[in-house]
Amino acid sequence: MVMKILAIVPSFNEAENIIHVIESIKEENPLIDILVVNDCSKDETGALAESTGQASVVNLSSNLGIGGAVQTGFKYAMRKGYDIAFQFDGDGQHLASEIKILLDPILHNEADVVIGSRFCQKQNGFRSTPLRRRGIKVFEILNSLLIKQRITDNTSGFRAYCKKAIHFLAENYPDDYPEPEAVLVLGKNGFKLKEVPVCMQERKRGNSSITGIKSGYYMIKVLLAVLVNAMRSRSAKD
Amino acid sequence: MVILKNIDTNIIQYISILGSVVFIGLILMLIRNKRIKEEFSILWLFFGLVFLFLSIWRGSLEIIARILGIAYAPAAIFLILIIAIISILIHLSLITSRLTDQAKVMIQELGLLKMEMDTMKKQSKPDCPEDSHTEG
Repeated sequence: MVMKILAIVPSFNEAENIIHVIESIKEENPLIDILVVNDCSKDETGALAESTGQASVVNLSSNLGIGGAVQTGFKYAMRKGYDIAFQFDGDGQHLASEIKILLDPILHNEADVVIGSRFCQKQNGFRSTPLRRRGIKVFEILNSLLIKQRITDNTSGFRAYCKKAIHFLAENYPDDYPEPEAVLVLGKNGFKLKEVPVCMQERKRGNSSITGIKSGYYMIKVLLAVLVNAMRSRSAKD
Repeated sequence: MVILKNIDTNIIQYISILGSVVFIGLILMLIRNKRIKEEFSILWLFFGLVFLFLSIWRGSLEIIARILGIAYAPAAIFLILIIAIISILIHLSLITSRLTDQAKVMIQELGLLKMEMDTMKKQSKPDCPEDSHTEG
């Protein structure tokens, strides 16, 4: 049986990168369907994505942030009956050549969720700034303690999900800055997580969504969310 | 202290009763005109009634203060007021969070629906030039 695979590409003001992102995925594997979730970009992201004719495009009428945008992708994947969905950011930091590495553990039934990690193996490539790496380390320790599976890159958005996980996340995906929280929620609900080593590129153009004061807010918000989530019982999140 | 003795403390009682009645009346009127939903006005009404009760029966404040160990009875009124304000603010946060959630679901569904509709439109007009490109 051929697996139906969906690439969820959340994008906000990525007019400069989006066409390249779509083409690189299709070049890598033409059988993968692409869903671009245009999170109410102020530029031409949505129109450009549509112009390629290689991707379906959801245009959100208000900006939901990365969590709400990616969740839209899960809802789509669930309704269209996809077997595997993976997140591939619209800013070009993930490498299409590594999609295969990311999907393999799910295709071979070794895991329900696969996270592309910059840290689980010595390697080259972009590994974030020193300060951010320290923040990421905090999540590693905290989440590993809470779910008893060691996840080295909790902030990575390069992730693949099996059908069961897609259905779960369509209802239970966290808002705002969802990545570390999602690891915890998935781990607590018995999903088998696995990390694979990947490289990431520093974004080509445009700006990161988290800078300056926002980094402090990010850490506090996500730590709070993770800790509160740890107190919840299984899948009690609504 | 001489001046204080001449003060008729009944005046503040009348003002309090009047104020509470006007306040409750205002809330009831807003409900009647459908400007506030009943659900959101319950806390306002409840604390309006509390203050009406306190202003009619003045001794009750002394009793509350004694139970709580507050030496200066009028301070109890501030405590009650702060509790009222905080509980109403928390209630508002609850409502805002729920609305945010509902809006999120609606924006997602709207986006998916629009996409579905566009796809259907394109399919029903196969000779539309926009549709000439094919997948892959």
